[in-house]
Amino acid sequence: MDVTVIADSTDDGLTPVTAQLVGAAALIGGNTTVLCPGGVGASESASISGVSKVISVEGDCFGTYEGGAWATALDSQTTGVLVLAAASPRGRDIAASLAALRKIPIIQDATGLEAGLVVSRPIYSGKAMETLNVDGPCVITLRANAFDAAPSGGSADVSTVNQSADVGLAVKEAIAKASERLDVAEADIIISGGRGMGEPSNFSHLNEVADMIGAAVGASRAAVDTWEEIPHSMQVGQTGKTVTPSLYIAVGISGAIQHLAGMKTSKYIVAINKDPDAPIFGVADYGIVATWEDALPALKSELAKL
Amino acid sequence: MAIGVLLKQVPDTTAKIGVSGGRVDESAVSKWSMSPYDEYALESALRLKEGGGGDVVAITCGPLRSAKMLTDAAAVGADSLMHVQIDGENSLDSTQIQSVLAAALAKAGCDVVFCGKQAADTNGGSTGPGVAMLMGASCVSHVSEVTADGGGYLALRASSGGDERVHVSAPCVFAFDKGSEELRRPNVRGIMMAKKKVIETVSPEDLGISMGESRVSVVSHSPPPEKPPGQKFEGADSVATVVSKLRDEANVI
Repeated sequence: MDVTVIADSTDDGLTPVTAQLVGAAALIGGNTTVLCPGGVGASESASISGVSKVISVEGDCFGTYEGGAWATALDSQTTGVLVLAAASPRGRDIAASLAALRKIPIIQDATGLEAGLVVSRPIYSGKAMETLNVDGPCVITLRANAFDAAPSGGSADVSTVNQSADVGLAVKEAIAKASERLDVAEADIIISGGRGMGEPSNFSHLNEVADMIGAAVGASRAAVDTWEEIPHSMQVGQTGKTVTPSLYIAVGISGAIQHLAGMKTSKYIVAINKDPDAPIFGVADYGIVATWEDALPALKSELAKL
Repeated sequence: MAIGVLLKQVPDTTAKIGVSGGRVDESAVSKWSMSPYDEYALESALRLKEGGGGDVVAITCGPLRSAKMLTDAAAVGADSLMHVQIDGENSLDSTQIQSVLAAALAKAGCDVVFCGKQAADTNGGSTGPGVAMLMGASCVSHVSEVTADGGGYLALRASSGGDERVHVSAPCVFAFDKGSEELRRPNVRGIMMAKKKVIETVSPEDLGISMGESRVSVVSHSPPPEKPPGQKFEGADSVATVVSKLRDEANVI
């Protein structure tokens, strides 16, 4: 089965998910063509093992992000019966537009893929799993870190094509992020605080730990709703971001079902809470029953020894 | 001007989801609510109307129970309500549901559309961009605010570097993230008026849509995989133990 992979990139370049998409394509077999929107990451994509061909799709339309326009430009280079993209904000958007354009179904956020085509994915923010069977061509987006990345070592041919598409949007103003901190959606380690932190200024203690281990700082919905200093961009959970880092440290978070839905598939979870009956301990690999006032200084001094 | 808002009724995010006989047991859902991102889409549509006029048309595609959610939308200010009545909307594939919604929007004469970025049940996020493609409209995704700007609109959307304000003209679709405006709550008068509001109930056939077969079928639903119980320690003195386990057992730091 021939597979078209849409490379996942941000304004900063190719993301590691692209190699995971190629890894997943190998599970199905067949030729894998990688399309690089705007030409971003073409040579990097060519070095992923298992890639047959890379097409750098360029054109003026890639100057402004508009999922529909990008999908239109990518459409003519799309071949095969299966299109894979990342379940990132842009990936989902482009993939949905492309599926609608090609009048084929889309399945978002898959965590399992087998020939046949059998797709599994979490639904209700991870409160249940769904297994689907697809008949005919389709577009599927894959969750980050759910599939093993294809190794490097490939040397696929790169060709460049120019495509045009109408862009209906014009950027009038760019507003930089308030902080330069890592985004929870992109981080491999996350330390999050809840209302148990007492007041928003106490998040500075989480920032200090985060800086020591290269982590992003997150927050529970309760913290975001209570304190306006804690922006929604930090919120982990069902109405915030769903995250799957290697390590998730929850501090002063009781573990409401909405929060658990957004983080419980993290590889390792550490919970620090003074209430031994807090539901967060139910999903924690390592639970510490202590106040954050006691535990965070200890954590800082232990991390400093590493 | 008709401003369309696409809404979906989903199990409340606080509700437990049970699986029975290989399917999510909808009859056990304790509470059904408007999907959270759709609430922000509705709020923003109402504000746009208050600023520049027009009618807000709330549209949903779902079973009988979803009518209540349309009445809730009317209670906060939606002017007209359209219910495409379908049982088992989650067993339709994306091409089917999008063609029904696009036809409903066309019937209502909407060329500006608000929706949530994804529904809280299927967590897909395909409807906004997909419907936009069928309408020949631009889709602005991850939006938190929309205002009128000359003959068009200014939308605040998330970008990889922060946020950006983009200008767009109709036809357009705004797929909402959590909005920057506080959600309004219905008052008694709104609730009373909403009870009298007529819901236009239509079938896909009424909209001229022949559904065909879904090309995606559900094999099974299952509870999420259970994690083995973790280790629990008492007191801050145990931090050293946990850090060494994270380094030596888990290899994550």
